[in-house]
Amino acid sequence: MKKTIIIILALILLLAGCQGGALKRLEEDGFDFSYTIENTTGSTAVYVYNWGEYMNEDLNAAFEAVTGIKVHYDTFQTNEALRSKLITGGSNYDVIIPSDYMIGLLIEEGLLEELDFSNIPNFADIKPHLKNPAYDPGNRYSVPYMWGTVGIIYDTTRVSGPVDSWGVLFDERYTGQILMFDNARDTFGIALKLLGYSFNTENEDELLAAYELLARQKPLVQAYIMDQIFDKMEVGEAILAPYYAGDALLMMESNADLAFAVPKEGSNIFTDAFVIPKGAANKAAAEMYINFMCSFDAAMANVLELGYSTPLTHVYDALELDEEEYAISYPEDLSLFEPFLNMPHHIRELYDSLWIELLR
Amino acid sequence: MKRRGGWLAGPYVVWMVLFTVIPMMLVVYFAFTGEDGRLTAGNFARLLDYGAVFGRSLGLAAISTAVCLLIGYPLAYVLSRESEAVRKSAMLLIMLPMWVNMLLRTYAWMSILENTGLLNQLLSAVGLPTLRIINTSAAVAIGMVYNYLPFMILPVLTVMLKIDKPVIEAAQDLGGNQATVFKRVIFPLSLPGVLSGITMVFVPSVSTFIISRLLGGGKTLLLGDLIEMQFLGNTYNPHLGSSISLVMMIIVLISMALMNRFGEGEEEVVVL
Repeated sequence: MKKTIIIILALILLLAGCQGGALKRLEEDGFDFSYTIENTTGSTAVYVYNWGEYMNEDLNAAFEAVTGIKVHYDTFQTNEALRSKLITGGSNYDVIIPSDYMIGLLIEEGLLEELDFSNIPNFADIKPHLKNPAYDPGNRYSVPYMWGTVGIIYDTTRVSGPVDSWGVLFDERYTGQILMFDNARDTFGIALKLLGYSFNTENEDELLAAYELLARQKPLVQAYIMDQIFDKMEVGEAILAPYYAGDALLMMESNADLAFAVPKEGSNIFTDAFVIPKGAANKAAAEMYINFMCSFDAAMANVLELGYSTPLTHVYDALELDEEEYAISYPEDLSLFEPFLNMPHHIRELYDSLWIELLR
Repeated sequence: MKRRGGWLAGPYVVWMVLFTVIPMMLVVYFAFTGEDGRLTAGNFARLLDYGAVFGRSLGLAAISTAVCLLIGYPLAYVLSRESEAVRKSAMLLIMLPMWVNMLLRTYAWMSILENTGLLNQLLSAVGLPTLRIINTSAAVAIGMVYNYLPFMILPVLTVMLKIDKPVIEAAQDLGGNQATVFKRVIFPLSLPGVLSGITMVFVPSVSTFIISRLLGGGKTLLLGDLIEMQFLGNTYNPHLGSSISLVMMIIVLISMALMNRFGEGEEEVVVL
C-alpha cells in the first residue's frame, strides 16, 4: 500500500518537476552537474534499459544537461524478460543492466558488443575484486553497476531464537507467514544451499532433492512474490522472507522490528553490470553514459538513493555509513557468498519444469 | 444487390490482417514446430502435464463468470426499468473504476484482502474473527469478478433496453403476471446480451495472469502465468507457449460454439 502511494507521489513529482527540478534536487544534495562534456559521439539520444526502481532517475536529466544527449529510459522486471526482448528483436537499447549469470549467457549467445574501454576511463576505479569476473572472462563486455547479497529479512518480535539458517524458512511454526521469491533460480538456490549444494549445480538429483524440499515447504509459504516482499514485510503482513541486502536496509529504516541475517549455509552475491547489446545504434553515446554513471557525483547520488553496494573505490571510500550498514552492505568475509553462473540449456529447462511443477 | 463502399472497410482489413491474422498464423506455426524448427506435435504432448492448470483456470473463470452473471443480470434488469437519469448515473458509476488502471485496482484489492488489510482491520475492530482470503483461489475469483463485472452488465443492459416496450405491454395485456412476463418474454429476449456478457467475462478471466499473480500469491498458477513463463522464464520457449495459447483459444471457441447452440432459435447472438 505504501509503495502504491509512493508510486503515485512519484508520478505527481514527475509531472510537476521535469529536468530543471531533477538538477535542482541533485544540487541541493550537494552534487555538481554544472560542467559540460562535449558530445563527440554523433548521437543525439541513448536508449537505456534497467531494472525497475534501480536508479536515481534524476541522473538521466543530469546526463542530458551535461552532454546534450537525450536519455530514453525503460525498465524490466527479470533478467529472463530482458533476454526475451533482446532475442525477439525489435528493441533498440544501447545500454542494458542485466545480472552476472545473464551477462554470461548473453555473451555466450553473441548478443553483446565488446566495450571500448578508452571511452570509459572511470572503469579504472572499479574495485579490483569485481574486475575480470567469472561471468565475463577477460572483462571485455561489462562494467559493474551495483552489487549486493541476499539474506533473510525477519520480524524480530515474531520470530523466536537466532536466525542464522535458511532452515527457518522451512519451520512449521511460521506457517503462512513466510514469503519466497517468485523466480525459480532464487527459490531453488535457497533449497540447494540448505541441502549443502552449490547454486550452480548441474546435478539433476540435487535439483530434484531441492524440489522435494520446496514442495514440502509450499504449504507454509504465504506467497511467491518479488518486489511486493518489500511492502508485505514493512507492514508486518509476513514475518520471514529472503531479500536483497540493499533493500533490507531501507525496510529496516521504516520498520524497526525488522532485522537482516546472512544464513550460515551461504548465500548469493550478485553483480549487475552495464553492457551494450549487439548492434546498438548509439554505442559511443552508450559508453559515455556508462562512464558518466561511474563518475563520482553520479555514482554517489545513485548509491545513496538505492542502498545497494557500489563497485567504485572512490565512492565506497567517501561513504559515511554506520556499523550495521557497513556490515550488511559490505560484508568483510565474502567467502560465504556464491554468485549465480550461467546454466546450460537442459538445466534451465529442468528449472522451468520443476518450478511449474511446484506452483501448479 | 450490389455492394458499394466496400473499400471503406480497407483500413480495418489491413489492421486485422497485420495484427490478428498474421499473429494467429505465427501462433499456429510456433505451436507445431520444435526448437529445431521442424514440424512436431511434441509441444501438445507436454500439455498433458499441465492438466491441473487448465482445470483450475477454466474452473475459476467459470466461477467468476457465474458470479458476474448473478450480480450483473439483476442489476441490468433493474436499471433497464429505471428512468434515464438514474440509469445514466449508475452507468457512470459502473464505468468509473474502468478508467483507473487495472494494475492499480488489483493492488488496491491486495491491500483490502491482506491478513493485515482493510477488511480484516474492520472485522477485528467490530470483534469478528478475521478471514484468510489473500493468496487463495477465492481472492483471485474476487479480483476477476471486480475487474470484469462491467463487461457483464453493459451488454445485458444494452440488449434489455432494446426490447420493445409494446412487446412487454402485449404480454401483460394477455394476462401474464410479472414473473411470466419475465420468464417468457424478457429473459429469452435478453439472452443474446447474456451470451455476449459471458464471453466478455470468461475470455479475459481464463487468460489473466496479473490478477492471479497479485491476489493468488503466485500459488494459484493459471494458464496466463504458464504462457508468460514460457516467454519470460528461464528457458525462452515460444513453441510451448504458443501451443498452450492455441489450445486455450480452441477451448474458448468450443465453449462459444456451445453457447451459441444453447441460444439457437433466439435472437442472433452477439459474440464479442
